[in-house]
Amino acid sequence: MTGIARPDWTAAPGGDAEMRDYFALMKPRVMALVIFTAAVGLLVAPVGVHPVIAFATVLCIAVGAGASGALNMWWDADIDAVMARTARRPVPSGRVSGEEALGLGLGLSLLSVLMLFLFGNALSAGLLAFTIFFYAVVYTMWLKRLTPQNIVIGGAAGAFPPMIGWAVATGGVSVESVLMFGVIFLWTPPHFWALALFMNSDYERAGVPMMTVVAGRRETRRQILVYSVLLAATGIAVAASSIGGPLTAAAAIVLNARLLRDALALRARDETVAGADGYAAEKRFFAFSILYLFAQFLALLADAVLRASDLLAAWPALI
Amino acid sequence: MLRPEHELHTRRRGRNGTLGLILGGFVLLVFVVTVVKLSAGQMIEGFDHAYRPALATGQ
Repeated sequence: MTGIARPDWTAAPGGDAEMRDYFALMKPRVMALVIFTAAVGLLVAPVGVHPVIAFATVLCIAVGAGASGALNMWWDADIDAVMARTARRPVPSGRVSGEEALGLGLGLSLLSVLMLFLFGNALSAGLLAFTIFFYAVVYTMWLKRLTPQNIVIGGAAGAFPPMIGWAVATGGVSVESVLMFGVIFLWTPPHFWALALFMNSDYERAGVPMMTVVAGRRETRRQILVYSVLLAATGIAVAASSIGGPLTAAAAIVLNARLLRDALALRARDETVAGADGYAAEKRFFAFSILYLFAQFLALLADAVLRASDLLAAWPALI
Repeated sequence: MLRPEHELHTRRRGRNGTLGLILGGFVLLVFVVTVVKLSAGQMIEGFDHAYRPALATGQ
């Protein structure tokens, strides 16, 4: 199934880890994004949620995301060890044993799903369970080492949090939550492929079939443009939906105009030009993509605040 | 003579203290959510085992 023989990291003895090592296992930066997008999904929903319930359920979603991060670090410790970007992670560096990472991941997965069921509802808990399964098993154990489409399919796992937040509030799934899912799902490939363009040697050394390794950088640049176009269309669609508003529309126009301009610029560059300036444009694109997602969701939240204050009664929702 | 504390024990104490705080926070969270859910669903009592119209006058 995989091209890489996995060493038995489970049996590796862990050091006497500190609390921050266990916290690092949960990928705190990914958790921060999950907290933000899940909270936006919950707060833009047309049904109000008590602040305590909102806090408790978003916490469950964050812990579930952290648990899947720990399972990812348990399984991927062999390739993490050979990549400069990930070699200092708790398992490959020996501070935490694979067994501990596995136990923490499984324990927190069960706890987070159970508590979300109790604090929220069955649908949100089911979606969280599916997200953890999708990230830990479908992406990490299966697709990551099998296909250059790993990022595309794995991106679905990161796209679920706003949908789960929405499900907590409304008890259902609707076109608005699917559009929020779509924004993150389509944002993931250009974001990670831009990173892969200037970190290619890492993935190559680890034998991970990233798009840059398998299809080449030229094709990766083309794919970044394709996904950026699809992302821009989805971003505009969100602004035209019932959760959109003037701020979301303004943000979508400005952000997507720059996204498309930068994606076109990346497409026009070749490796000679990129190498000469140290992949400056690729690094800028990567940094901008983080700002893009944050600003898009922040605008949704701002419009929800306007709507709650009765300042936005006449937004023509087309979707 | 008192033995100087080993660095390992200091580290473990810090870890156990943090874990204690997390568990305490979890218990508090469950308690607060329970209070909120019960407050929101106070009318449940009126229709739980036996219907009591006196409890439903607020509707």
